[in-house]
Amino acid sequence: MSDTYSQLVNNPVGGFVAKNLGLPRPVELDRYEPGAPLIDGRVLVGAAPGGRCGEAVAAVLAEAGTPVDSRLDDEVREALGTASIDAGIWNDEAPGAQRWKALVFDATGIPSSARLRELWSFFHPAIRRLEPSGRLIVIGSPPGDCDDPAEATAQRALEGFVRSAGKEVRYGATAQLLQVAPGAEGRLGSSLRFFLSPRSAYVSGQVARIGAGRDVPAVDRDLPLHGKVALVTGASRGIGSAIANVLARDGAHVVGLDVPALADDLERVVEPIGGSAIVADITAADAPETICDALEREHGGVDIVVHNAGVTRDKTLAGMDAERWELVIAINLSAEERINAELLARDGLLREDGRIVCVSSMSGIAGNAGQTNYATSKAGVIGMVEAMAPALAARAATINAVAPGFIETQMTAAMPIGPREAGRRMNSLSQGGLPVDVAETIAWLAAPDSTGLNGNAIRVCGQSLIGA
Amino acid sequence: MNYGPPRKVAVVGANRIPFARSNTAYAQLSNQDMLTATLRGLVAKHKLEGETLGEVAGGAVMKHSRDWNLVRECVLSSGLSPATPAYDIQQACGTGLEAAILVANKIALGQVDSGIACGVDTTSDAPIAVNEDLRAILLELNAARSNVDRLRTLARLRPGQLVPEIPRNAEPRTGLSMGEHTAIMAREWGITRLAQDELAAASHQHLGVAYDEGFEADLVSPYLGLERDQNLRPESTVEKLAKLKPVFGGEDGTMTAGNSTPLSDGAAAVLLGTEEWGERHGLTALARFVDAETAAVDYVGGREGLLMAPAYAVPRLLDRQGLKLQDFDLYEIHEAFAAQVLCTLAAWEDPVFCKERLGRDAPLGSIDRDKLNVRGGSLAAGHPFAATGGRIVGNLAKLLSERGGGRGLISICAAGGQGVVAILEK
Repeated sequence: MSDTYSQLVNNPVGGFVAKNLGLPRPVELDRYEPGAPLIDGRVLVGAAPGGRCGEAVAAVLAEAGTPVDSRLDDEVREALGTASIDAGIWNDEAPGAQRWKALVFDATGIPSSARLRELWSFFHPAIRRLEPSGRLIVIGSPPGDCDDPAEATAQRALEGFVRSAGKEVRYGATAQLLQVAPGAEGRLGSSLRFFLSPRSAYVSGQVARIGAGRDVPAVDRDLPLHGKVALVTGASRGIGSAIANVLARDGAHVVGLDVPALADDLERVVEPIGGSAIVADITAADAPETICDALEREHGGVDIVVHNAGVTRDKTLAGMDAERWELVIAINLSAEERINAELLARDGLLREDGRIVCVSSMSGIAGNAGQTNYATSKAGVIGMVEAMAPALAARAATINAVAPGFIETQMTAAMPIGPREAGRRMNSLSQGGLPVDVAETIAWLAAPDSTGLNGNAIRVCGQSLIGA
Repeated sequence: MNYGPPRKVAVVGANRIPFARSNTAYAQLSNQDMLTATLRGLVAKHKLEGETLGEVAGGAVMKHSRDWNLVRECVLSSGLSPATPAYDIQQACGTGLEAAILVANKIALGQVDSGIACGVDTTSDAPIAVNEDLRAILLELNAARSNVDRLRTLARLRPGQLVPEIPRNAEPRTGLSMGEHTAIMAREWGITRLAQDELAAASHQHLGVAYDEGFEADLVSPYLGLERDQNLRPESTVEKLAKLKPVFGGEDGTMTAGNSTPLSDGAAAVLLGTEEWGERHGLTALARFVDAETAAVDYVGGREGLLMAPAYAVPRLLDRQGLKLQDFDLYEIHEAFAAQVLCTLAAWEDPVFCKERLGRDAPLGSIDRDKLNVRGGSLAAGHPFAATGGRIVGNLAKLLSERGGGRGLISICAAGGQGVVAILEK
């Protein structure tokens, strides 16, 4: 999975050439190492007057012990002081040489388009001072939760700002919008931590909606999934294997699932992480029952289900036979629906604070020539997630999707160089993601304190130019 | 000790000489010359010839070792009765105000009825010491018992040992000058060049008006041809100050010779006493010296700025007096550097500083800037270190007296991470 171009432009000569030719210059992204601090650098925080999330932001930064700065006249200093953060001061009129690893702005106080200027005021003088692999995070309100049309308008406008800023920030920096519903401020923590940390390396230009959720016991930051049982389908290779490893690293007991033909590969994944294996073909009629029986029998239930198993059978629609269509829909979508149905039919099998995370795809959002079957299945996954979210919430559980973009796997390594290079470079980070980037995003959605996230589809695509 | 209730302490008079820039009008003068002249002026103005006062307390920051009894020597030439006791103190730029606190406390306790607090400094007639190595050799030579020993000691003399030790305006523990320390504070608090220059221009303009309107006439006695403070530039403007190059904080620093106090020479004294003592001597109280507080901060190991101690001292004083920061009609904040004043004001407005460093639930808040240093400050007048306390106490006492009532706050930062603050009322 070597990215020769990245290696080339990251040496002095290649860098010089790329710079002068205006070629993309991908940088090596910061990625999470167990035991590392939440974020490796200072954080500049700010809030539009009347913001709701200052305390929640301050709580995250205080717990992490991250050095924080703000403007002297920023309301957020009240919250920083209350959280016992001895925050430094930054004045853009006497800027000095200050740089930040993250810029976090609480925009929930913006009530109208005229006040969108607060965004400009905060980010304009600071955006060039963002360090490599930096984080630009805007916190807003879900427009649907705003009673006043003017407020809904302004809050919806934040999306355009974040998506553009994501395309402007350089050296591996990312930009996100976290929409926090009124009353859900206390649920911001898990998402803010994820997007501040290197765990979110390849996620950019995303909007995460954070809703009411429910109270959960305190989470061990080093082992957030401690005591959890996680089923991962398609776990034997590629992204699935990375998911199994990351969930196990975060403390979960991983139950890997794959087809009989890959049983040996599956064993090689679960054995080192102390996991278990279920060998099954998820398209078989009795598969949901077999899987749920095994979970019930061996583990007494399940906390996390990751629907990762998927296949491609690419052909343009005109040339596609029915078999290719059927297989892709059956594996990528129908099997997930049937397993979910069985899971929810059995009382208590999906335990309290259960998490279902489905792997969709950028194709499911943007479409892709030759992938009518695949894109149909993956768009269906997003539909399923949205449709099932209320039912899951009623069971104190959540369901969300991740949609990977160009991820460096054996599959992409086998692509012809033209489409492969296009896929790698046509995103804000000018590089492909790694399987671990998808896995980290799933681990975030699967964490017990991600209780406010339900019905989201988060792309792991480096803010691909393709798709919304 | 058994005391009655504390007695009220009045500021009944003040006198100072115009402050001169270093190596100019007072270049040939010693601390003793300037302080003696200042005390004589105070004595003459208040008809205290031959009087025995409770005590005279004061000092100098830059002091020759021969001046170990400086204040007492000056008292002996002041016209006061030789029976007036005196002692030297030193608390860097807080010396003058700390002296006033000492005298005021003794008056309040009933130990004395009257006293003078004073301070003097010269940066022109600075003490130059012999090199430490040379000093060690000379001391050994003095202790040697035989000629052989003496020769052996002298043989250790080297040319380099003849280089003298010149006093530096630097913190011994950090090696940084006060200006460099303040530049760090200015950066930490995001203080702009413009804000500093505005404060400096206002200081000059206010002091210029004070002289023009005769406010200083009974506070400042002309001396050796100087009638006004030599550093004063009443025509100072933000535009003119903006042309100066930064002197501290590197090339993009915000601190210039215009918004930092210059090295200067001068002396100041204030007369304190009970109201009864004043009446007996035909002197009217200008204001009452109500209370004072001194604080220090850890600027070496901790992360606090060198000159931030007043920001800690004032809230403690306010709490003891049951006052808010806004309960004052006048604020006299010593302008060591414009940035020091602005950092202090910013700190009091900052919820984080007030919570984290001061342990308070709410910020102290802002002050009405129209009440700050209304008759100018150290940026315009100059700052002979130990003389500044006397200048400010005299200045505020007169302002309160003219108003016929009110309350004023004094805040003075000092080297070593210290701050001395006080409240005067009429």
